[in-house]
Amino acid sequence: MSELVVNNVSMIFDTPDGGTVEALRDLSFNLKQGELLSILGPSGCGKSTLLNIIAGFLAPTAGTVHMDSRELHGPGADRGMVFQQGALFEWLSVAENIGFGLTMQGRPKHEIRQTVNHLLETVGLRDFGNKAVYELSGGMQQRVALARCLANDPDIILMDEPLGALDALTREKMQGLVLKLWKETGKTIILITHSVEEALFLGEKLFVMAPRPGRIHKEYSLPFAEAGLTQDPREIRASTAFVEKREEILSMIWEMEEQIMGTAEV
Amino acid sequence: MTFIERLKERVGISASGLEKRKTVTFGDAAAVADGRFWSMMSVLTLAMAWYVGSALGWVNPIFWPSPASVWDQFISISGEGYRNFSLWEHVWASLYRILVGFSLGCLIGIPLGFAMGLSKVVRGCFDPIVEFFRPIPPLAFIPLVIIWSGIGERSKILLLFFAALWIMVIAARAGVGSVKLSKIHAAYSLGASKKQILWHVILPNSLPEIFTGMRVAMGVCWGTVVAAELVAAESGVGYMIMVASKFLSTDIVVLGVIIVGLIGYGIDILMRKLEAKLIPWKGKA
Ligand SMILES: Nc1ncnc2c1ncn2[C@@H]1O[C@H](COP(=O)(O)OP(=O)(O)O)[C@@H](O)[C@H]1O
Ligand SMILES: [Mg+2]
Repeated sequence: MSELVVNNVSMIFDTPDGGTVEALRDLSFNLKQGELLSILGPSGCGKSTLLNIIAGFLAPTAGTVHMDSRELHGPGADRGMVFQQGALFEWLSVAENIGFGLTMQGRPKHEIRQTVNHLLETVGLRDFGNKAVYELSGGMQQRVALARCLANDPDIILMDEPLGALDALTREKMQGLVLKLWKETGKTIILITHSVEEALFLGEKLFVMAPRPGRIHKEYSLPFAEAGLTQDPREIRASTAFVEKREEILSMIWEMEEQIMGTAEV
Repeated sequence: MTFIERLKERVGISASGLEKRKTVTFGDAAAVADGRFWSMMSVLTLAMAWYVGSALGWVNPIFWPSPASVWDQFISISGEGYRNFSLWEHVWASLYRILVGFSLGCLIGIPLGFAMGLSKVVRGCFDPIVEFFRPIPPLAFIPLVIIWSGIGERSKILLLFFAALWIMVIAARAGVGSVKLSKIHAAYSLGASKKQILWHVILPNSLPEIFTGMRVAMGVCWGTVVAAELVAAESGVGYMIMVASKFLSTDIVVLGVIIVGLIGYGIDILMRKLEAKLIPWKGKA
């Protein structure tokens, strides 16, 4: 059982013209083992920055990130990443991509093979192990990225718009897969998205972030992810509760966008 | 169907169905990519013109020999040799110099390029040097290498090393620069160490750039070695051409030029084949 604790994190970037951007101000939250958090917000509100800080690729200008009592500095295999696309290794086969982490850690070959075969099955790519990744469709590539991340058995999975480049239909299928993996593995997941529907459907918790400075504008606890495990996702999406939340959040984001446009014009 | 279309079908080089159905071809590179028919026609026409032209005595053989005399020279030189060396020894002398010089250039250039792509200090120190030497044509160093090590093997190899070095440095540096940050981040999050990231991510990721560099370097080396042999050497294809020209043996000169062209072309084809085999993912990332 591990808990992620983000404590008063701030991030200020220097810009090339000599100014500064306050990408995050005083952000705090906890995430218990097995929680599924989605983060939504207009572009430029610091979502990627937050994820990069948790992943350990950026050091915050103030504040700390802890995993249980251990303060995090730099990246580690305990936090897996899934990127939008283009982060697979084209020179390796699908199976070698999935086994990359274990290979780097020097695990025995038969163990790697076993894990890889199991994961190929889990993400629905059973017969694709020997394929080259560039032969796969975008959706299949993201399945490989998920499997590669899971192979390492991280405590937490960080996803930065993992389904953003997929077509609508593939995207819905992949959302189902994410839910399935969440249930089967019990991993903590943070998922960034710019789709309100996706955020509602794939978030037990949902943060709507606001820009300038980047901060958590509103927090929700949502029933839809849990329900999605048993019910038809299309029914959930069409339910009154879902539609109401969607409209509420959409108008919230529209308001933010208008404010951004307003300040930009000044 | 036009006569040309029928002819193309006869020799089995008809365009694919899609290309045939395209109504807009002007500006569509794919639609004009397949010009094999016209390649054959142009080569055939040139060969015919050469043959007919010399048979009718249009040009003085001192200026341009007949195909037959070039062929005769080819037979005689491959048998008896020219200036103490057989034709193949001349060819091999040139190729050998390239192979050694090029390999040395890769051996030093690739690690240096990597270091420049990975370390601010190395990059800072070597940037001015590389940027200075890069635009200097290798031939400009011929006088210098002759002063240093005469007209023997060493001076040629040094020259070719120099020719290949900067190209490979820049190719390797560009290769490191081309790696997507998300790949590096993914590798770190999968628990890879710096050394593992170098070997398993940065190196394979930079292979396409390195290979392109190698192809360019091979071409430059081939041109440089022939030119260097024209200036000063005791063997090699360039040397053969140079000596023959002093005796006005135009047929040998032309034979040499044809051999230079064919080998240069052959090297490029070989590199492309190798590239397709070793880096099948190139351009597909
Ligand atoms: N390396 C950087 N240097 C300067 N500014 C940056 C840098 N990275 C991000 N920013 C700025 O920080 C803000 C938040 O960026 P980001 O986290 O990428 O937003 P999001 O992912 O929500 O679209 C943006 O205004 C962006 O321009
Ligand atoms: Mg982002």
